[in-house]
Amino acid sequence: MKYIDEYRQSDLALILADKIAAMTDQPLKLMEVCGGHTHAIFKYGIEDLLPPNIEMIHGPGCPVCVIPLGRTDDCISLALQPDVIFTTFGDMMRVPGSSTNLLDAKAKGADVRMVYSPLDALKIAKKNPERHVIFLALGFETTSPSTAMTILQAAKDKVENFSVFCNHIMIVPSLKAMLDSPDLQLDGFVGPGHVSTVIGTRCYEFVPNKYGKPLVVTGFEPLDILQSVYMIVKQIIEGRAEVENQYGRVVERNGNRKALEVLSEVFEARRFFEWRGLGSIAHSGMKLKEKYAAFDAELKFSVPGLRVADPKACQCGEILKGVKKPWECKVFGTACTPETPIGSCMVSSEGACAAYYNFGRLSKVAQRSNAQTTAVKI
Amino acid sequence: MSTGFTTNPLFERVERARRRKHKIKETHITLAHGSGGRAMHDLVEGVFLEYFNNPFLEKLEDQAVFEIANTNGAVKLAFTTDSYVVDPIFFPGGDIGELAVHGTVNDLAMSGARPVYLSAGFILEEGFPIEDLRHICASMQKAAAEANVQIVTGDTKVVQRGSADKIFINTSGVGVIEHQGKISSSRAQIGDKVIVSGTIGDHGTTILIARGELELETEIKSDSAPLNFLVAEMIDEAKKLNSLDAIHALRDPTRGGVATTLNEIAMSSDVYIEIREDLIPVREEVKGACEILGLDPLYVANEGKLIAIVSNEIADKIVTRMRENIYGGQASIIGEVKAEPEGIVAMKTGFGGTRIVDMLAGEQLPRIC
Repeated sequence: MKYIDEYRQSDLALILADKIAAMTDQPLKLMEVCGGHTHAIFKYGIEDLLPPNIEMIHGPGCPVCVIPLGRTDDCISLALQPDVIFTTFGDMMRVPGSSTNLLDAKAKGADVRMVYSPLDALKIAKKNPERHVIFLALGFETTSPSTAMTILQAAKDKVENFSVFCNHIMIVPSLKAMLDSPDLQLDGFVGPGHVSTVIGTRCYEFVPNKYGKPLVVTGFEPLDILQSVYMIVKQIIEGRAEVENQYGRVVERNGNRKALEVLSEVFEARRFFEWRGLGSIAHSGMKLKEKYAAFDAELKFSVPGLRVADPKACQCGEILKGVKKPWECKVFGTACTPETPIGSCMVSSEGACAAYYNFGRLSKVAQRSNAQTTAVKI
Repeated sequence: MSTGFTTNPLFERVERARRRKHKIKETHITLAHGSGGRAMHDLVEGVFLEYFNNPFLEKLEDQAVFEIANTNGAVKLAFTTDSYVVDPIFFPGGDIGELAVHGTVNDLAMSGARPVYLSAGFILEEGFPIEDLRHICASMQKAAAEANVQIVTGDTKVVQRGSADKIFINTSGVGVIEHQGKISSSRAQIGDKVIVSGTIGDHGTTILIARGELELETEIKSDSAPLNFLVAEMIDEAKKLNSLDAIHALRDPTRGGVATTLNEIAMSSDVYIEIREDLIPVREEVKGACEILGLDPLYVANEGKLIAIVSNEIADKIVTRMRENIYGGQASIIGEVKAEPEGIVAMKTGFGGTRIVDMLAGEQLPRIC
């Protein structure tokens, strides 16, 4: 496939891998923040190509994985309201709430529909004027502009039977939280790609400036990721810490002005938002501005809004923070599998556990698990 | 070990859990139970097999094979049934009627049988246009003629508007097995080659795009086709080579795609199957659509393709013969059967890594056939 195969050439990958291996023997821990990167790393077996001294830590950038249990319960409660059509991206269907999931709610009679875009949800609302359509909005700045556009469109078209259950989150506050966490000692970041097309690269400058860590904004093809690792390691051995942009073909320093305008028109930061595993992070979630309250499902319907603790067996929290590896979780691959997940990290294709289970559980990564199990425990 | 895998206690623990017979935990049917993946297996084993168990059914093949004795000796028959609920009912490259004939013909053919007679049961929704029914019956007749089978019995039910969606069709089929080969999913052997008869993922991608929710425009068509003559030629070739026994397994990778079918073979034969990404034929348009939709062609349904597990000695000759048939033009060897780790399918990626290719989990696309 043109424009894709170019970024998946194995001969180039081997050259890059050799270069990386020749650069340093120093043990380095690099975090890829985005779930999309985690998925690509496993899908293409990138860890197989990296030298043993470089360890990838999988960050909290899977938007489905960081939705706390209580919010999933809220989704199910909204879906079960009479005369509601609940629309969601497919990923959320099997995410377990405290007692059931959306797929089961659907089987029991809730009208839950999978959509590919919030605009599809708006279309459903227009076609079903006698019913109320709720869109489950979730994701980082990658997806929030399309939710914002949809709300603007709904306002313009005066659609009254449409609202959004907003779970949009922001990448910068979560990065800060990671950097302030005493659990983690990281040497550098494979920075978000698609998020950065919206917010640009300038907003990451606090990472080198305040914390002294390099960050390279990175694309999602396997060669992108390898090149980014090369760039980070190069910064480290040269004693530099900067924000660099490997994904220059789509990411600009100042981001996408139009998308940012739309975001600030529709959304404002919540004082706090709870992240699964990371706890409450200040100004990390978005909600609809007062002006668009008519489209806010949280105001239109009463949701339980309870905080629910994760099941005891589930160690999603530690895995999301990167302090534990998926295979160190007691239920990994036995009680918790993609078919019957206990935690959200096993559901989403971007979750670290699902990635390990689906792609990596027998690969050479497994050999490392024996050696490193004790090293990563905090 | 030749596979490059290591085993360690964790992965053995995971494998044990994976191959354990699952109890059905759900209290209600969900769409995942119809996906062709793991949930459907759990349902079949946890409910249907519990009540209907017998030596024919427990093999969990796509058809039952049995002998019926008469005064002239015995006749070996294959018998199968399948229901079709595809949405939309008309799609590029076919319709529900044609699919209902091809699907059942192919399920018979995968046992090496010559399909002979089909039944057709129709469940029609009140208000369904007769014109559409005519159209569907015409394509069923055309498909039956091409496959050289006759539809010899049938049934019609009409349900109230809303109790079914437009039209559902069930077809059953009987075929005769006229050779001594033993074809079964449990007969894959170490050293065998894995053959696919052509490009994968065409049908599922077509259906998804035909639903019109994605506003993608492509030239992709369903691959819906009868495979009985292709299978007959493969058997003929094997006979010529005095190696009838060398065709070990035949399956049509419908729901759940090539990945799920290979996993079923790996598990029933207790072997490891390794495929190579660069050898698997996938149309550029299908690759592109899957890339956009986040699907993996390995998990997308096919309706006119087969997977053959054939001994190494005759694999190349079988592929050459397959390519002479219009439905085997792009037949290719895509991998091989190895010993360990048992019950696992993995793929060497074009990028140089190796990754596991497990069964489909959850539902990818409901009502695909």
